[in-house]
Amino acid sequence: MDFCFLKVNRINLFFIFEVKGEILGNAIEVKNVEMHFNMSKEKVDNLKEYFIKLYKRQLMYEDFIALDKVSVDIKKGEVFGIIGRNGSGKSTLLKAISGILKPTSGTIKVYGAVAPLIELGAGFDLDLTARENIFLNGSVLGFSNKMIHEKFAEIVEFSELGEFLDVPVKNYSSGMVARIGFAVATMVKPDILIVDEILSVGDFLFQQKCERRINDLMQGGTTVLIVSHMLEQIRRLCNRVMWLDKGKTKMIGETESVCNAYESCV
Amino acid sequence: MRAYFETFKRYKYLLINLITKDVKLKYRRSVLGIFWSVLNPLLMMIVISAVFSNIFRVNIDNFPIYYLTGSTLFNMFSETTNYSMMSVLEAKSLIKKVHIPKYIFPLEKCMFGFVNFLFSMIAVAFMYIIFGYPIYWTILLFPVPVIYTLIFSIGLGLILSALSVFFRDIVHLYSVLLTAWTYFTPIMYPYDILNDKIKLIMHLNPMFHYVKYFRDVLMYKTIPNLETNLICISISVGTLIFGLLFFKSKQDKFILYI
Repeated sequence: MDFCFLKVNRINLFFIFEVKGEILGNAIEVKNVEMHFNMSKEKVDNLKEYFIKLYKRQLMYEDFIALDKVSVDIKKGEVFGIIGRNGSGKSTLLKAISGILKPTSGTIKVYGAVAPLIELGAGFDLDLTARENIFLNGSVLGFSNKMIHEKFAEIVEFSELGEFLDVPVKNYSSGMVARIGFAVATMVKPDILIVDEILSVGDFLFQQKCERRINDLMQGGTTVLIVSHMLEQIRRLCNRVMWLDKGKTKMIGETESVCNAYESCV
Repeated sequence: MRAYFETFKRYKYLLINLITKDVKLKYRRSVLGIFWSVLNPLLMMIVISAVFSNIFRVNIDNFPIYYLTGSTLFNMFSETTNYSMMSVLEAKSLIKKVHIPKYIFPLEKCMFGFVNFLFSMIAVAFMYIIFGYPIYWTILLFPVPVIYTLIFSIGLGLILSALSVFFRDIVHLYSVLLTAWTYFTPIMYPYDILNDKIKLIMHLNPMFHYVKYFRDVLMYKTIPNLETNLICISISVGTLIFGLLFFKSKQDKFILYI
């Protein structure tokens, strides 16, 4: 009985949150998120070492804070950029939003389907051909084989594979792998697209093509999150920008002002 | 619960595509290709039969069939658990980058082992024909012990795959354990030659029950009684439930260790 009550309550709560999100037009709500990592001095990953260390009481960890009370609301249809130096927690934040990492504390609410482009071609099997990889990669993102069949021609065309379709991917250049990965991930219009540093691979023409595709998605109302070190790219694409520094939010606001502040600081 | 089914349905194609990939890659570039799945158990059977019926002089009627049935089922178990043990570690590039249900990986390896098993069953059928061994109607029940074994393997595979993330030693330990397990299961010798004490301990070995069940329906025209079935079901389902819970409790930490 108790259990039942709890369950109903939780659904209600969820519902309220969802409605609130809808009204505010938020796609992603990040509230007070903290991410701690145990950094042991050495990685103990075998039993012998574990017991020796346990016995000697040397199992000491250093608490590393990758994200420190980060809060941000990202609106629907917005192109949101995240900048910051290496190790400032950008990728950690993206991973937390896409559900790969669970935050130590705080909440993350995501409204809609997320297509992560965290590393193009992750999950490609080098021994398989491009054709086989398209299906494998598509199903990694949760698409059905039928759906991939329907979009197959489009994917092949976008990635400009042509005659290389039945060649094992290990013989490809990294740019070609990135092209397939991008084409597969954006084949169905996602609600939220997460782009981590990937636009820096591939040649100039491909980058342009990707940007055009991102622009198309934005027209269709997709929320885009971009991490990049190329400030001009951020300036060109983003509506709003967040500046992370050592896991803390340094600044959130208009693209120009944040980029300028970041530039003058670095 | 319904949410779990929804996610599973969504990732059904991932499961299928991964199995296809494994089957394709296993034999890509070998001349005989998929036939090795049939040929391998047959060749092994010839070697073991030659050794055991000539050197050790084991007294079992139809030793080749006796060995083949036992080893085919046991191989499925050892293959599935061994593959799934490594599955999470091998999928690290995916787990680090995309949010997918992680149990897919050990589960997929188990299904892959199951597909391989089906191919080796062709070898068994082949031997039945060559030796002119009588085929009883109870043979129709052969999926039952196979499913018991598969469920048990999935449960154990889940446990092993989660453990191997935190302690790589498991990989080495398990290969030794698996060898011991092979000899502790009556595959190459008859159960009857064991002394009473060992016979008693033998009943704690899940694989003993499954292999016996398998042979009963395949070779001895016997339908195992209710008690045997209950024992088999409770071991399989119990292991699966424990495996699922164990895996679930550990899966969020995987990413920090792989």
